[in-house]
Amino acid sequence: MSAIVTKDLTRRFGDFTAVDHVSFNVEKGEVFGLLGPNGSGKTTIIKMLTGILALSEGDAFVDGLDVRKDPEEVRLRIGYMSQKFSLYDDLTVLENLRFYGRVYGLQGRLLEEKIAKTIDRNALQPYTDRLAARLSGGWKQRLALGCAMLHDPKIMFLDEPTAGIDPVARRRLWDLLFDLSGQGITFFVTTHYMDEAERCSHLAYVYYGKLIADGTPDSLRELPEASPAGTHRFEISTREVTSALRKARALPYLKSATIFGRAIHALVDDHVTSDQIVADLAAKGVQVEEIRPLVADLEDVFVELTVRRQREIGEAVGA
Amino acid sequence: MRNLFAPFRGFIAVFYKEVLHMRRDSMAIMFALIVPIGEMIILGAAVDTNVRQVKTVVYDQSGILEGTASVPGSSESRAFLDRFRNSDTFRIYKFVHSEKELNEEMIAGRARVGVEIPIDFDRDLLAHRSAQIMVMVDGSESAVAGQALNVATAIGLDESLRRMLPASTAAAIEVRPKVMFNPDSRSPNFFLPGLIAVMLLMITTMLTAFSVVREKERGTLEQLMVTPIKPLGLMMGKMMPYFVLALVELTLLLTFMRYLFSVAISGSVILLVLLSLSYLFVNLALGMLISVKANSQAEAMQSSMGILLPSIFLSGYVFPRDNMPAIFYGLSHLVPATYMIDTFRGVILRGAGFFQLWENAAVLFVMGVVVLLLAARQFGKMVV
Ligand SMILES: Nc1ncnc2c1ncn2[C@@H]1O[C@H](COP(=O)(O)OP(=O)(O)OP(=O)(O)O)[C@@H](O)[C@H]1O
Ligand SMILES: [Mg+2]
Repeated sequence: MSAIVTKDLTRRFGDFTAVDHVSFNVEKGEVFGLLGPNGSGKTTIIKMLTGILALSEGDAFVDGLDVRKDPEEVRLRIGYMSQKFSLYDDLTVLENLRFYGRVYGLQGRLLEEKIAKTIDRNALQPYTDRLAARLSGGWKQRLALGCAMLHDPKIMFLDEPTAGIDPVARRRLWDLLFDLSGQGITFFVTTHYMDEAERCSHLAYVYYGKLIADGTPDSLRELPEASPAGTHRFEISTREVTSALRKARALPYLKSATIFGRAIHALVDDHVTSDQIVADLAAKGVQVEEIRPLVADLEDVFVELTVRRQREIGEAVGA
Repeated sequence: MRNLFAPFRGFIAVFYKEVLHMRRDSMAIMFALIVPIGEMIILGAAVDTNVRQVKTVVYDQSGILEGTASVPGSSESRAFLDRFRNSDTFRIYKFVHSEKELNEEMIAGRARVGVEIPIDFDRDLLAHRSAQIMVMVDGSESAVAGQALNVATAIGLDESLRRMLPASTAAAIEVRPKVMFNPDSRSPNFFLPGLIAVMLLMITTMLTAFSVVREKERGTLEQLMVTPIKPLGLMMGKMMPYFVLALVELTLLLTFMRYLFSVAISGSVILLVLLSLSYLFVNLALGMLISVKANSQAEAMQSSMGILLPSIFLSGYVFPRDNMPAIFYGLSHLVPATYMIDTFRGVILRGAGFFQLWENAAVLFVMGVVVLLLAARQFGKMVV
């Protein structure tokens, strides 16, 4: 039995469809990453699965339970960490933990045991009596995670858990997630970070409410839409990336090009060599500093998928 | 047993948490406790609806011809003015020497009443002609004006009768008024019980009105929605600490009323507190309903004000309900403070007991349950 199943999951706000017939399966123990640009419907999907928002259409099952019919039971089995860590600023770390523990009906020795375990797992020991307001971002996030997991949920929903925290804290959180998923807990995580996406065991990509990719990171990298047959990629480093991009787009054999930092990632026809690109760009007055072949990474894939989608939408509107 | 408590799941957790919030925000709590006492002190000391010592200016022309410049007026006019003074309604603070000055005092608002005694006042009296006196009253404060006119007329009438009847005869009818329950017609006795009801309303609805909306703004409410917490558990858990706070406040206010303003409590204090419980319950529930509906603290604040105003004006706290137009009288039945003020005045002033007042408490309890269920339903609607 899958941990999470959605079938044509749909949510409308008035005329606007925020989530449009989204179907996917998440297996037990997976770390499932949901990606997509801002406003693409990630939070809305999580809210429907956790019972905060009603479904407009379709079905959703969490741990085998229909979220429409059995939201109460679902709540006992899941944990949720919202996009802004929802802690009580005027309560201490310990008081926050006690509160969430009691909410789940824990009390007495059992409550203290679970709290001790959570403090230990999240290394919160030095801060137990500190007000949540006084914690730095990384520690707030640990506390929020601790609060959300105090009752040993089977499935965890984390909405952008690493937004705004430093790289070390991010790395640590992901190490913890893998540790816990090894113990059979399923994680549903949204993120904008590609390095985090690379670490997920299962990825899905939503764009304007539609699911446009779903699979392991490897299978997504090999998607024909992202890396079409008869093409290959180059990373072209140059000084004036913006003007270079404009000029590069005029090349007839160039399928697509995007800026990544101080370089352009270009998808070109198979037969085109790096020397030819350097020569053609030089003819347009662009000095290439370095050019090297590139394996598509996830960011390339998502950008490619997004661009294709935009083009399709544009054509649909134009037609 | 389990199922009985199921709708209140989360109560204990929320209760503990709210107590912590209160302890951390002790400033706000102190404020909530002290403000009503301050209001009581101000109102108890400053507001006196009985019209007393109205500032009065006199232009006494009589006796001018007699030429006793040191004391104004004639012996007749002075005797008459003494009756004014003794009435306690008027305080003569100045004698003027022209009609113009008299007018100026009135226009400037220094005098509320102006008395003009004509030049031949004493001569007319002695000659058994009708002597005239002009009493001008500033109508801009209608209660004062009405009272001043009544008393002035009564003094005139009484004085006339005294002069017309032979000394030995008694008046045909003598009305002997007796004011029950508040024999001195003291304002604090009338106002303070009502004030307590209004102050309790204010602190309970305001404090609770902020409590859910604050969690909405912080985002913690969303977090709570994915826990097994039940709306009733959440709301009751939030109400309970404020319930205790309100009881403390009630005790404080009653103490101040009794010992600072000497308003005796004729009935049982314990009964008074018991009958207040359902009133506190309604107010807390109203605060909850406001809080669940509001999207921001500002909105919650406005709605609380929206409840406070009708409670002040329709409950009989300021304006007697018996004199209200029928529609407002009808509406006053929907205002919880109406029942509480009636109960307070009943126990404190009239010494009424449980059997006279239990209905008030019962109505309030039913109102509280209805409001709380409405709030719970509204809560359920947040999953949209
Ligand atoms: N309650 C609501 N009423 C109306 N529109 C809403 C509501 N909630 C979300 N939306 C809209 O639905 C769309 C999807 O929003 P959502 O928050 O799910 O996106 P997201 O993928 O989580 O974005 P982000 O990466 O910025 O967190 C947005 O266009 C948003 O404006
Ligand atoms: Mg989001």
